[in-house]
Amino acid sequence: MSGWFADIVWADIAQACLDTLAMLGGSLVLTILFGLPLGIALFLTSPGQVWANRLGNGALALAVNLLRSVPFIILLIVMIPATVLLVGTSLGVAGAIPPLVVGAAPFFARLVETALRGVDRNTVEAVQAMGATTRDLVWRALLPEAMPGIVAAATVTAVALVSFTAMAGVVGAGGLGDLAIRFGYQRFQTDVMVVTVALLLLLVQGIQMLGDRLVRRLVRG
Amino acid sequence: MIRLDGVTKRFAGGAVALDDVALDVARGEVFGIIGRSGAGKSTLIRMLNGLERPSAGQVLVDGADVATLDDAALRTLRRRVGMIFQQFGLLGSRTVADNVAFPLKVAGMGAGDRAARVAELLARVGLSDHGAKYPAQLSGGQKQRVGIARALATGPDILLCDEATSALDPETTRDVLALIADLNRDLGLTIVLITHEMDVVRQVCDRVAVLHAGRVVEQGAVADIFLDPQAAETRALLAEAGEQVTADFAEFAGRVVRWTCHGDTIGQPVLTMVARETGADFAILDGRIGRLRDERYGQLTLGLSGGDTDAAIAALGRYGRVSA
Repeated sequence: MSGWFADIVWADIAQACLDTLAMLGGSLVLTILFGLPLGIALFLTSPGQVWANRLGNGALALAVNLLRSVPFIILLIVMIPATVLLVGTSLGVAGAIPPLVVGAAPFFARLVETALRGVDRNTVEAVQAMGATTRDLVWRALLPEAMPGIVAAATVTAVALVSFTAMAGVVGAGGLGDLAIRFGYQRFQTDVMVVTVALLLLLVQGIQMLGDRLVRRLVRG
Repeated sequence: MIRLDGVTKRFAGGAVALDDVALDVARGEVFGIIGRSGAGKSTLIRMLNGLERPSAGQVLVDGADVATLDDAALRTLRRRVGMIFQQFGLLGSRTVADNVAFPLKVAGMGAGDRAARVAELLARVGLSDHGAKYPAQLSGGQKQRVGIARALATGPDILLCDEATSALDPETTRDVLALIADLNRDLGLTIVLITHEMDVVRQVCDRVAVLHAGRVVEQGAVADIFLDPQAAETRALLAEAGEQVTADFAEFAGRVVRWTCHGDTIGQPVLTMVARETGADFAILDGRIGRLRDERYGQLTLGLSGGDTDAAIAALGRYGRVSA
């Protein structure tokens, strides 16, 4: 080893960055797409709400808890057959997205449920009392009122997804995590480790700042 | 207009919130339901627009049994029944004008008509200059005015007030109650309000029901409940409001009577006239003079001695009501 940073293949780093961003973007969009309705359903079926249903709520909660209790590294491996069925491969960016979404969507759904629970009870009742349909209640009242909380939830979820993508690297997903493990850890290239960690740190900082700014803009008064 | 018959509400787990409640609210009156927290008031008022359903009994609003309405019929009913809340229930993500417009939007009114109606409603509650603000920028009294404007948006005949002034200071409470009384008079709104404060009942209600542990223990005209309470729970509520004569006058040597009068009698020198006429002496043991909604009332506990006390009591009876 002639010196720090001399042996780094920057093209590999750039590719890894793109892979991580692709995994993050794709899985975040899908996580919100699946997690948001799941969170709304968890909220609406809970006791005292419009679709209050003990059985339905119990089933949803059980499914969410089951998925959330599987450590992500295990989920990655357990899901391989399902992933192959869904996207044709368990490798690369495409192969990483199904387990990322399955791992993150229940987490996001719980955070959405909590954000909805934070909407004042009187506000929900007021909207019901004026003769609103459940659709109006959700789209025109609950979601706008809970939006700062939901954006904050998406931010936290995105940060969690960054760490999930690094783990996905272990089973051949590529990305910065994969680079850090193969070069930084297995080949003792500490400089690669330092660079990838610095890049991940930057990414997480960026996500958090963006999320915080959005939340600030959404909070009124 | 509103009739409750044998209404009972049992929650899962067995707690009984309401037990065989019967009430009648006439068109155009202000009906108060008073009780402590946990008495079942919130559950009761939520039955009137179907936010709660009874376990047994009937809730009739304009002849329709609320519990049996399907979703569409219930939504139609709710547009005729406005409701305001203790914590206002405003949408923090929308401006004042958008909050007031919300029920109109939900009811499918076009944007042009909405704007005109919102301006009219905001003027009605004295908030014309605040339409572009967000609820967080308003005081509690202003928020409740927005709540009232919103509740009136769809032109209801009934207004439900759920502890509407409990989060407000005394002065703001008076303003909001005055507004509610105006609405009752000007629009002929039938108003049902729940409260734990006797003062609220005294200021705006025509009739009142006292709710205790899910049962109506007493109901009637406010003056009767106020000046001649029968149930122990009513007396306790009055005593807390500093209203009821509770002292024991057994140690007084002469006769003790309670004398209640209304309206113009207050301001006349009744006691001295009766004293001169009958030679009886009066000791004022306790008393209160105040206002029930728009009518003045006085109630004195008098100790009589000397002279012709029977004649004095008969004379007092000509000016008011004498009770033991």
